[in-house]
Amino acid sequence: MRYVYLLLVVVVGVGLASWLSPARWSPYVAGAVIGVLSCLALLISDKPLGTSTTHVRLSGFIARLFSPKAVDENAYYQETGIKVEWQMMLVLGIFFAALISALLSGSFELRWLPDGWRAAFGTMPLARVLIAFLGGLLVAFGARWADGCSSGHGISGTVQMSVAGWVATICFFVGGVVTALVLYGPGGMPQ
Amino acid sequence: MNAERSTINWNELLAGLSLGLVFGLALQKSGLTDHDVILRTLLLQDLTAAKVLLTTVVVGAVGVYALRSLGLVQLHIREASFGSNVIGGLIFGVGMALLGYLPGTVVGAVGEGRLDALVGGILGMLAGSFLFAQAYPSLQRVLSIGNLGDKTFWQVLRVNPWVVVVVVCGAVIALLVWLESVGL
Repeated sequence: MRYVYLLLVVVVGVGLASWLSPARWSPYVAGAVIGVLSCLALLISDKPLGTSTTHVRLSGFIARLFSPKAVDENAYYQETGIKVEWQMMLVLGIFFAALISALLSGSFELRWLPDGWRAAFGTMPLARVLIAFLGGLLVAFGARWADGCSSGHGISGTVQMSVAGWVATICFFVGGVVTALVLYGPGGMPQ
Repeated sequence: MNAERSTINWNELLAGLSLGLVFGLALQKSGLTDHDVILRTLLLQDLTAAKVLLTTVVVGAVGVYALRSLGLVQLHIREASFGSNVIGGLIFGVGMALLGYLPGTVVGAVGEGRLDALVGGILGMLAGSFLFAQAYPSLQRVLSIGNLGDKTFWQVLRVNPWVVVVVVCGAVIALLVWLESVGL
């Protein structure tokens, strides 16, 4: 019996290591895993996958420290509900999984500049941070305007064949492709 | 405060965390947490991110509708409106190209040690969320332009859900096979 347990530990260990240690999965494997996950979220928690409302809740927690009125008397924060709930834990899980995955595959590294950005726009971190801030601001503003982000519409909406999900996701790509071409030019990102 | 405390459902939070761990693993291993992978897809240089999403659509749609046919899940459909989904979607797209991360993957990128995602992206998203909450009351009229209600395509077309699932998944699979055959 002891050997059976030992064998089980080895099999599970090797299995986990072979899944966790490669730097990349095939896009089809990763896509299939996320597809199964979108089903499990509905089955287990009766909730569609989503992430951007968590940023609203976090902004509410922080804004409350400075101006409770700007949060407690705001219609959007009232509708959303500023609390720790399922989706916030989902987002926390993404953080820990990416951290562990990057550590195990050796790709964890503290750095300011993505390689492709550096090749196109140079080595000044401040420029990258300012553009990332502006991008983050528009992503959050746009996600809440569209009533969903690349998870809520892009994954959950599309798999459920929701009109809102498909329309929003197509608009995400249209806005993104046009902006990316303006930023990097027709030559694209340097290899 | 006590009333809020008592509504915490630990099983629900644990389920969220567990699902999030798998979600984050798939996002990190597929490269979706990488700024360059997102930008190369938007620049149509390397369609990795699009392949991940399209595969998710096929597997997720068949799974969700199979579970629904078995009576095990309910759909959660959001309201479709031109003013909300189209305008908001385009704003999101502009931001996505500037940021190179998405609301979920930006958190994963922080986990990988990307400081631009933390100092630029997350702070920007918190600011954008706060600004939207403040603007929300005055945006009501725009958000409701062209409101269709919480509709799916098969409800709009008045057909069996599986017709839409089979047609869409068939088209997506054909697109993926074609992309691979031309080496994209």
